[in-house]
Amino acid sequence: MGFIRTLINGNEGGLKTDGLTPTQKVTLRAVIVGVLYYGLCAIEGMLMRAHAVSPIPLLEENSHYFSVMTVHPIVGIFGSTYLIVFGAFTFLVPHLMNKPLYSVKLANVTWMLIAGGALMSWLGGFIFHYAPLYTLYWPLPVDFKQYDAIGGLVFILGVALIMVGTLGFIYNIFATVFYTEEGHEKRAIKPLIISGLGIDGFLNIWYKMTGREPYSKEPAVSLPVVAIFRGTIDTFLDALVILTCGILILIYIIGDLSGLPMDYTAVNALLYKNFFWWGLDLIADGLVLIYVAGTWYLLAMLITGKKLYMQNIARAALLLELIVSWAVWSHHLLGDQGQPNMMKLISGEMVTAFELVTQGIAVFITLVTLWSARPLKMTMPLKFLLAGILGFMLAVPAGILQADMGLNRVLHNTQWIVGPHVHVAILVGLTMTLYSAIYILWPTLTNDVKIWSNKLANFHFWGQLIGGIGMGAFMGMAGMDGMLRRTLYLNGEYETYMMLAGLCGALLLAAWFAFLFNVIMSIGVRGLIGVFLPSKLKTRDLVPKPQEV
Amino acid sequence: MADSVDVLGALKLVYTIYTISIMLLIAWFARGVVAPNGKPSVVKPSTFYGYVGVLVTVGVAIHILTFNKIPWVEIDFKRANIKADQTFNITVKDHKFTLPTDKLTIKCKNYVMFDVDSKDLTYGFGLFRQNNSLVLQMQVVPASDNQIMWQFHKNGTYHIVSTEYSGPYGGSEMTLKNAVEVIGCKENDKYAMLEKK
Repeated sequence: MGFIRTLINGNEGGLKTDGLTPTQKVTLRAVIVGVLYYGLCAIEGMLMRAHAVSPIPLLEENSHYFSVMTVHPIVGIFGSTYLIVFGAFTFLVPHLMNKPLYSVKLANVTWMLIAGGALMSWLGGFIFHYAPLYTLYWPLPVDFKQYDAIGGLVFILGVALIMVGTLGFIYNIFATVFYTEEGHEKRAIKPLIISGLGIDGFLNIWYKMTGREPYSKEPAVSLPVVAIFRGTIDTFLDALVILTCGILILIYIIGDLSGLPMDYTAVNALLYKNFFWWGLDLIADGLVLIYVAGTWYLLAMLITGKKLYMQNIARAALLLELIVSWAVWSHHLLGDQGQPNMMKLISGEMVTAFELVTQGIAVFITLVTLWSARPLKMTMPLKFLLAGILGFMLAVPAGILQADMGLNRVLHNTQWIVGPHVHVAILVGLTMTLYSAIYILWPTLTNDVKIWSNKLANFHFWGQLIGGIGMGAFMGMAGMDGMLRRTLYLNGEYETYMMLAGLCGALLLAAWFAFLFNVIMSIGVRGLIGVFLPSKLKTRDLVPKPQEV
Repeated sequence: MADSVDVLGALKLVYTIYTISIMLLIAWFARGVVAPNGKPSVVKPSTFYGYVGVLVTVGVAIHILTFNKIPWVEIDFKRANIKADQTFNITVKDHKFTLPTDKLTIKCKNYVMFDVDSKDLTYGFGLFRQNNSLVLQMQVVPASDNQIMWQFHKNGTYHIVSTEYSGPYGGSEMTLKNAVEVIGCKENDKYAMLEKK
């Protein structure tokens, strides 16, 4: 009975949702839906893993298998990561700027659009088996000999909804940084822009070198907000590119559905590939790296209670990272012989190599800041933060290696790309950083609900870490032995690697389940439902006043 | 002369050592940062700038090293100025490769140009050994130059496989078994030799 009571009411009374502010609620909604989408993504991944070991009837049709592969990154990146990150930043930006969120209503619309869009894209794959994969290489998404145009319409409209929601998030974040709250003295825009872009970091370094007083002793914008500000610029550019490609594909779909099919050779496939990768890469090599660096800095400061080591360098490096992210897309086209060699060399190899520098700086600054506050307590946020750093220390060099003209010839499109690079970066680097942020924000967002089981939290940590690194490693070994990604091997060619990767995948799924179960037992089913009901507190404050809790 | 087996073998070794080292480093850090007798310490800026210097050097050095040690990089970079000894014009359409002859026979150390033209979708063009390991690949983009020049130094028989997804029935479905044979070398590619019946 005690178990059922805890399940319904939560640990030690669970989450009292009547005491949550609208901003707390909107943050929790986005994060909870994001965690649920992560589970869907993990289940999809395990289905594909199982099919790679021993064919399962559900995925018997190739079109179904590849439609799962198409929606897998959409659900994972947008449905899960975007929602968790956007949810957390929706709370953090006003918190760090010490003022209310610009619009809670817009934040609610944002998460619903992204969640709805992810569901719609998923349905495009599940019902109609639309399967051009997330790379959408032209003219595959408009090849209606292979796909139902209706499926394309549902999928693309879903992605469009996600991007519109993303634009809503961007507007809300920038508006929160720049607006002047009621009763406050008018905030000057110029210092906010200079600080938001990190130019003050450069100026401080320059002034120091020339023997002058610092340009700005107290920057107008705190360092984590600078990272969010910068990353959001890439988020904006990426949304524009994906929307543009979506509109192009929609035009062809509508043409086909209305009986007026259009000539797909009107679009140059290589030019399209450049444009699409330029935008898409702003996620992987832009906003993710910048947001992650900013999150590490914030976590390091919160965990240690100290200022960040080399603050000005960190600010300047974030600006460098933004510029680098605009010029690295050619590493995705090293196998394209029509791509000019100079672009491969400069953008594909050399500028890409700078990601080793910018991410390496973020790692160093975070670790030194932590070290400067020894001895620390090994809390959940610290544990997950260190794992997140480890993930990127493994995945970024893997990416730099594959962004080499010599190695890319034998690594491109193999399991190496998606194993040691993509999955380790996402599952260990990014996701464990996000869990660190979730654990550190947990008391503030839930008004101090106690975590139900530390043992489950530890199982979640080790399962995610070992599962993520293990799966990436076995995929990488298979890739080096010639196993392609996006190709089905049903004759047992790489069976041993796939079985081992499958076991690690199962561990990841179990870790997610442990986390979800722990959260539900902590806040209770009532608390979970209550998060999605309107807030009873009519306030713009981020957290309730003590008497309201 | 190094081939993809050598290059990938070296990569496997180097990356495994790197991975283990980094995991040990983080484990050491995690232990040290919570050690009860640990004292806060400050890192000098010179250490930081030295570290950044190492990162820049490593980032650039990887590419200089591979340019000099991986033989196909230079050929690829200079292919416009190298006269091909043999050229094979291959077309792809409707998920099918069409070769100029049933089997492409290549003489050892000849500069060979594979010129692949897609008539519809984006495909891949890859050569694989008998043990499924990858020798070379490129993307095959419609209305684009898709030429790759290669020099083989070992005898062997290779499969042609599309290395890019082109719909649910592309990929492994687009395989031409034993379509390429290299002859006349002193050495055999041991993973690319057909089993004797």
